[in-house]
Amino acid sequence: MNLDILLVGVLAIFGIGLYGLLITRNLIKVVVALQILVKAALLALVAAGEASNQLNLSQSIAMTVIVADTVVAVIGLALAVQVKRVLGTFDTTLLSKLRG
Amino acid sequence: MLDALLIAGTVVCAIRAIRARHLLSAALWLAGVSALTALMLYKLGAEQVAVVELSVGAGLVTVLFVFAISIAGDDGLAEREFIPNWFTVGLVGLFLLILGIMLLPLDEMDGAGSKTAMAEMLWENRTLDVLLQTVLIFSGVLCLLGLLTDSHAPAKHNIPHEANELEIEPMDERPEEMMA
Repeated sequence: MNLDILLVGVLAIFGIGLYGLLITRNLIKVVVALQILVKAALLALVAAGEASNQLNLSQSIAMTVIVADTVVAVIGLALAVQVKRVLGTFDTTLLSKLRG
Repeated sequence: MLDALLIAGTVVCAIRAIRARHLLSAALWLAGVSALTALMLYKLGAEQVAVVELSVGAGLVTVLFVFAISIAGDDGLAEREFIPNWFTVGLVGLFLLILGIMLLPLDEMDGAGSKTAMAEMLWENRTLDVLLQTVLIFSGVLCLLGLLTDSHAPAKHNIPHEANELEIEPMDERPEEMMA
């Protein structure tokens, strides 16, 4: 696989995730955007391992990234469900009600 | 050609996941991103990670998304701009430009090259990582159980109302023989 083309794609995916994180105010969409960001980081990590001829090292680190990413998604979704139960919406702007 | 198709498909799925009106559609497009990412990882030679990504990223996380959306419902929140759209696009573009200048072209790095097998790498060289992952998984499960508990549910050990109506004499006023 051509790593330069892959890296351009990784940059595009990362940009889409970052854009989604900046524009959205829906809590579930925030988790979706975070997931997309992490997918780009994962691909870049494995591509770097391939380029430096240390694929097994990069795979073991990528495994840690996947686990951490899944736990972040689980906690984010559970928080979103609780926010929906309490406030009745996923709107992050209403979370300012949590002040004192 | 196949590589370019895979990358283009992933980018399209990511755009659709961000721009989808319904949360369920966004979750399904995200599953597409995960599946195509797993394919690219496989083509890069990272077979183990590709399998884990396919089963966890495209499987478990999608199920969790659908579960959360089915519990909480899809309120179809319309997108509203926190900051102007042109500013967001410009900011992301500038960031990607700087990142691209730093990264591209990706020359062959001067890595020593390791022949250590992945299982050995994971279980012997990176034992602390494995321990951390285990702790992370357990803490994630505990957080999930704590957060998904319905906080408005009545407590199981409430004192029944009838008990308030019982006439219980204070301890000081009871006869001494009863106390004995």
